[in-house]
Amino acid sequence: MKIHEYQAKQLLGRHGLPVPPGIPVVSRDTLDQAVRDVVSTSKSETVVVKAQIHAGGRGKGGGVKVVKGVEAARQAASQILGMRLVTHQTGPEGRVVKRLLIEEGVSIARELYAGILVDRGCGRVVVMASAAGGMEIEEVAARTPEAIVKEYVDPALGLAPFQARKLSYALGLTGTAARNATSFLQKLYQAFVALDASLVEVNPLVVTSDERVLALDCKMTFDDNALDRHPEVAALRDLDEEDPSETEARSHDLNFIKLDGSIGCMVNGAGLAMATMDIIKHFGAAPANFLDVGGGATQAKVTAAFKILTADKDVRGIFVNIFGGIMKCDIIAAGIVGAVAEVGLRVPLVVRLAGTNVEQGTKILAESGLPITTASDMADGARKVVALVKGQVS
Amino acid sequence: MAILADKKTRAVVQGLTGAAGTFHAKQMREYGTPIVGGVTPGKGGMVHEGFPVFDTVAQAVAKTGANTSVIFVPPPGGADAILEAAQAGIELIVCITEGIPVLDMVRAKRVLDSSLSSWEPSEGSQTLPRWSAAGGAGGLPTRCNLVGPNCPGVITPGAAKLGIMPGYIHKPGSIGIVSRSGTLTYEAAFQITELGLGQSTAVGIGGDPVKGMDFIDCLSLFEEDPQTKAVLLIGEIGGTSEEEAAAFIKANMKKPVAAFVAGVTAPPGRRMGHAGAIISGGKGLAFDKIAALREAGIAIAPTPADLGSTVAKLIS
Repeated sequence: MKIHEYQAKQLLGRHGLPVPPGIPVVSRDTLDQAVRDVVSTSKSETVVVKAQIHAGGRGKGGGVKVVKGVEAARQAASQILGMRLVTHQTGPEGRVVKRLLIEEGVSIARELYAGILVDRGCGRVVVMASAAGGMEIEEVAARTPEAIVKEYVDPALGLAPFQARKLSYALGLTGTAARNATSFLQKLYQAFVALDASLVEVNPLVVTSDERVLALDCKMTFDDNALDRHPEVAALRDLDEEDPSETEARSHDLNFIKLDGSIGCMVNGAGLAMATMDIIKHFGAAPANFLDVGGGATQAKVTAAFKILTADKDVRGIFVNIFGGIMKCDIIAAGIVGAVAEVGLRVPLVVRLAGTNVEQGTKILAESGLPITTASDMADGARKVVALVKGQVS
Repeated sequence: MAILADKKTRAVVQGLTGAAGTFHAKQMREYGTPIVGGVTPGKGGMVHEGFPVFDTVAQAVAKTGANTSVIFVPPPGGADAILEAAQAGIELIVCITEGIPVLDMVRAKRVLDSSLSSWEPSEGSQTLPRWSAAGGAGGLPTRCNLVGPNCPGVITPGAAKLGIMPGYIHKPGSIGIVSRSGTLTYEAAFQITELGLGQSTAVGIGGDPVKGMDFIDCLSLFEEDPQTKAVLLIGEIGGTSEEEAAAFIKANMKKPVAAFVAGVTAPPGRRMGHAGAIISGGKGLAFDKIAALREAGIAIAPTPADLGSTVAKLIS
């Protein structure tokens, strides 16, 4: 799960990490007050207004403004709030800015990078740092991999003080700044573990002209598997950042991701669901979604899944691809028939069933009298649904 | 022969008395797997569906001589269940549980790898001892394999079914399967069976980012197994296991290998069902994995409908 920058900074603050003073704004009503409050406590009168969306590249897209004084800040804030922000990560349609962070400006001496993630190759947490702050780490990794220094952490020990020192010195820091950076990295690791994060990126991590070290920007994502034990993190989910169909799917405990093709897919199992998307592409069309109904789905869950697919205006055909293991084919068939009875069927439907209770499932579909095309295997099904959507009868 | 599971398997089920544990313990027994008991803390002494229940894995091992455990414990206790099995001397741990927090697995893996002495891998992540090589220290067995978590398990057709896969789609044969996906493994096994071939062993290694045995561990076992004539590897987006497997196959395997990688249409930055199936920072693309496998001379199935035929061609 992703959260906003301002939420990440609040979490860091609670774990004793220094961040610039700032106030989040979620409505125009509180905008003026927030601007006045930030300016009044600021030493420099410099204010940073930052759009809060779950995408990078906000600055280049015009979502971050550095200004001086109350009036300029108010103007910048009211411009950004509500704007449609397009960055390289939002796609051409962009994202409407519904939240802002108004923050005190900081006098920057150096911009660095710090990141923590789980290295899946060795199954360890790795703390990374680079002197090339402000740049995307992937770019640094591609161009100058030696510029990224890493320390792998023994989970029984945590990030040892000497490891944090090694990183700080490798960044070229000395004296007070090095001591502050060492403490920052250790606290950042502690926060990462305490919150079950899956990624923390502080970019840039800045050293101020008075040798303080603080997080000027922060991106955090969390392990979905651990959200149950962090209700305070789970509560930070911003539904405005999600496709409504994905929110609906999650409420039914379905694994669903909206894509931009025209063929809706309903599949059991994540690998088979991905492979089904791939085979649709192979036969010349594009999937409208990823949907894994899971191994032990009930008829109600199948019905809910089917409704999400049919509600999507972009869907011009549906391919149900089921390999019954624990999931029984008759449950799927009954779920489909139930859903069609409720919401109708406006697009061609191709169903491929295999595995447990396939005969009963096929019988339920046949006896329903619905215009369902059946398929003998997944290639046959994919070919048929692509042909139907393209208006050619196979 | 086959790998991991065979006629010598004696399995306990951790989390036996839960709904999934009960259902699948019965299914495994029906298939002919020797399920010698179950473990549910607080229910020791009971007999559940004909299975003796123990409070701890250590008790179950002492009373039944179990050498294998299949775990259905809910996610919050999943990593703990793995550690309990390891400490009790279980040789093969198959963890079905989906949804174990990643950092729990990092800690569990640290214990199972406790013979390691280096602070960091020197090249990529290749130098840490792998699970199958772990052991010796801290009261752990000299050889302890973990399969999973978040996996369908291991099946050696005609000998033992350790997991949740439908048994009837398999038959004894010469193809080894190793896969990160559950239903895609069923699809593969079914296609191979339909072609009149069968499987030596099918191993679902699971869809989590931090897990036990990886492709390489299984490939090296298949290479040594006289029953296995060819191997089908099924990968997916995320991580670099497929690339590592490609290099391993090129350098170490004489047996032919076919492969499929799911997710060429997966968007970046999204978790595709499995916790480990995510393209992040431009890494873990299906395209790159397929290129690495092809480069190593491995036959690539063009679509998931060709899993069986692609591997069958290698031994015809």
